[in-house]
Amino acid sequence: MTDASLTSSTSPVRRLLARPTTGAWVAAVVVLVFFSVQTDTFMTAAGAGVWLESASRFGIMAVAVALLMIGGEFDLSAGVMTGFTALWVGVCTTQYGLNVWVAVLLSLVVALAVGALNGVLVVRTGLPSFIITLGTFFVLQGVDLAVTKALTGEVAIQGMTKVPYYDSVQPIFGGSVEIGGGTFYVSILWWLAFTALASWVLLRTRAGNWIFAVGGDLPAARAVGVPIIKTKIGLFMLTAGAGWLVGMISLFRTSTVQANTGVGQEFIYIICAVVGGCLMTGGYGSAVGASLGALIYGMTFMGINAAQWDNNWLRTFLGAMLLGAVLINLWVRKQAEATR
Amino acid sequence: MTTPLIEVREIGKRYGGVTALEGVSTTVHAGEVTCVLGDNGAGKSTFIKILSGAHQHTDGELLVDGEPTSFANPRAALNAGIATVYQDLAVVGLMPVWRNFFLGSELTKGRGPFRRLDVERMKRVTLDEMASMGIQLRDVDQPIGTLSGGERQCVAIARAAYFGARVLILDEPTAALGVKQSGVVLRNVAAARERGLGVVLITHNPHHAYPVGDRFLLLRRGRSMGEYAKADITLEELTSMMSGGAEMEALTHELQRPGAPVVAPASDEA
Repeated sequence: MTDASLTSSTSPVRRLLARPTTGAWVAAVVVLVFFSVQTDTFMTAAGAGVWLESASRFGIMAVAVALLMIGGEFDLSAGVMTGFTALWVGVCTTQYGLNVWVAVLLSLVVALAVGALNGVLVVRTGLPSFIITLGTFFVLQGVDLAVTKALTGEVAIQGMTKVPYYDSVQPIFGGSVEIGGGTFYVSILWWLAFTALASWVLLRTRAGNWIFAVGGDLPAARAVGVPIIKTKIGLFMLTAGAGWLVGMISLFRTSTVQANTGVGQEFIYIICAVVGGCLMTGGYGSAVGASLGALIYGMTFMGINAAQWDNNWLRTFLGAMLLGAVLINLWVRKQAEATR
Repeated sequence: MTTPLIEVREIGKRYGGVTALEGVSTTVHAGEVTCVLGDNGAGKSTFIKILSGAHQHTDGELLVDGEPTSFANPRAALNAGIATVYQDLAVVGLMPVWRNFFLGSELTKGRGPFRRLDVERMKRVTLDEMASMGIQLRDVDQPIGTLSGGERQCVAIARAAYFGARVLILDEPTAALGVKQSGVVLRNVAAARERGLGVVLITHNPHHAYPVGDRFLLLRRGRSMGEYAKADITLEELTSMMSGGAEMEALTHELQRPGAPVVAPASDEA
């Protein structure tokens, strides 16, 4: 027996199929072509502006959630965090006259603190993050509704545009340009930049290596000296920070925020990440894939409207796509882990 | 002879009133394999835990490079160049070979926020280190889970050696393996020896120990049954001592069918 015979060889086709993003690329192209052919408005500048805006908000969250999922955890409070941070800024500025810049930064600090709390509770108790963040999810949801109603007497923030210096913050999160009759929001740039940064961190830094390791095999990661606690808490803070960014984007684009904003969207982020090739069990996935998952979501959301179908089919489509993606991912994982 | 990397003199370990290990002496030299043989409960685990810093000895002396030492924890043993490769090997199956090789001790380039992984260098080192263990990897990007058990162990050994290990403790590396896989593991042991590492091979199988071993320490019920250089003992003697020698002979008699011819004491499986 020669030593060379011990090493395995992988065919290029199999390697392509085993990449986490391959399925998402294919699905994105299929959806794009389908709605471009099926509807007149989809492939116009106006149409593209709509689905890119939607994809950008979900994309930022999906990327953060994907990193967390690769690290082996979930965050069910990710959706409500987008409403919580926006409401925080809305209440602080319209009710207490706080400077809008200070309020924006303060809400970031609060979001990171909640993220850190999620992380500390998970690593200290060893309980599933599903349970811990389900708790924070409901706590924040209740706070959002109760506090907003108690302080404003309504279930939405009004009068944001009259807040001093509102116009100095607005372009950063809610700005837009008109190109060819379509409105393109600055959130698209945030989305692309965040995806690029997350991808770089994941694949080219020590932190990225640790994220894969803590999600892939926690005891092994601990044995070789990976800082497990720091990595996990950092991931929860990243997700919360992304929630803040999307909260600001929503608030400054529409100049209002509903008390129930973001509730229920945490599952859509998870679906986007899984469609993008993340394993529910951790240790495998990509930031670009999660972004593609969000793009598919945005395109489908807009496409179903443009085709004038019943909007409720969107949920059915998402569910079917999740199941399909999970089955494909399962197969990919078996390929990747196959011991010869 | 040069100073041994590790020397233990009449070492022992007592947990309260219970004696787990007593009066064990042996040496580990660079480029040599010291085999620790014994049945279940013979004290092998206690012995490696002392060497790897998981436990501290209560009697006798542990000398590293001729200096009396006691490791407070596994990190201290690691810093002295004594690395333990456990059965689970501490690798992350879905991660590429090169990422596993450097996991927790990644090489980087650049400063501050631009500090990033030196991917090219890590891949090259991984290839080179694996080659020096006699394994030519075609693709360091393949998930380590796609390697065979023997190859994965080879990565673990090469990793330990690269990060400064001088003594490698292998805890029952062949325990759960078939004949062919065991062969790969023993080849890994030989490769580590050729690299100049001192190897402590823990096993209960004399057929695995004898071909690679330079020195054999036999333990039974926490006591040393003797320590032999290879020249002083044959495989048959080793096997006989391992399987309990006289005890085994008595058992053979006891199990014999009345009137059947007397058979030699059963040798180990493998």
